[in-house]
Amino acid sequence: MSDVPISHILFVSTALFFIGMYGLFTRRNMITMLMAIELILNSVNINFVVFNKYLYPEKLDGIFFTIFIITIAAAEAAIAIAIIINLYRSHRSIDVEKASEMKW
Amino acid sequence: MSASAIIFYIISAFILGAGLLAMTTRKIFRSAIWLLFSLIGIAALYFWLEVEFIAAVQIIVYVGGIVVLIIFSIFLTQQSGNEMPKQPLKRTIASALAVLFGFGLTFLQIWKYNFQTTTKEFDWSVSKIGSQMLGTKAGGYALPFEVVSMLLLAAMIGCIVIAMKAPRSATNGKAKEEELETIQEASEVETTINEITGT
Repeated sequence: MSDVPISHILFVSTALFFIGMYGLFTRRNMITMLMAIELILNSVNINFVVFNKYLYPEKLDGIFFTIFIITIAAAEAAIAIAIIINLYRSHRSIDVEKASEMKW
Repeated sequence: MSASAIIFYIISAFILGAGLLAMTTRKIFRSAIWLLFSLIGIAALYFWLEVEFIAAVQIIVYVGGIVVLIIFSIFLTQQSGNEMPKQPLKRTIASALAVLFGFGLTFLQIWKYNFQTTTKEFDWSVSKIGSQMLGTKAGGYALPFEVVSMLLLAAMIGCIVIAMKAPRSATNGKAKEEELETIQEASEVETTINEITGT
């Protein structure tokens, strides 16, 4: 436990965040963009837990933030999938380039 | 290097590899399965950090809930065997460069910053989490707890309203088009009848 420095764990969460960013930049399918957002939120959760454990072990605030982020991510995924299914019904496609009525 | 460190490096390689594959594979169903593996790897990382409660929540909510929801929506909207269209090379290169640059900058900051880690024991327990979650004194999380419960209620109602099937003539674009077509056909028939009867 103590022989892994904190920066190595932060390397994992940072790399995961930017992998998610790469997916968000390159994908044009709404479901895969949602997956990228899930990866980003997970990397933030890792950060909260690690900072809580390594820097402030007598407090619990990082754990609480992680729990709330997981809750909000679940709500966000449910809403996003409802919107995606509704969009698919009216456009027969969930490509963000094809849903351009509200673009300008 | 101890066994604990080796386990950590295996877990992190697994997380990053699965995440990278989830974001680069072009079959959408495989992407969802790689995301599932990445989330399981993150749960394993929480187990390694000895926060078993968060690991359990992660498995229940993400692996059991969100990924299943995503797979359902893939089956509802896509032919999952098809490959997604290839993105232009310019966009791929530009986003890879942006991401690499951002990662380098962020990790440089982390590397330079001198974290003052303590070796104290991290004492969490579910009863401690519960009593602080519902505490109303300083440091209690009763208000965010209530606000989140309202948020979940609003999200549930919003999902039902958004995904509810609209009445057939009101908003369904396809139905409207069909209606228009039938009206046009009817008017054409009318004009031909008029021509035949000579009026």
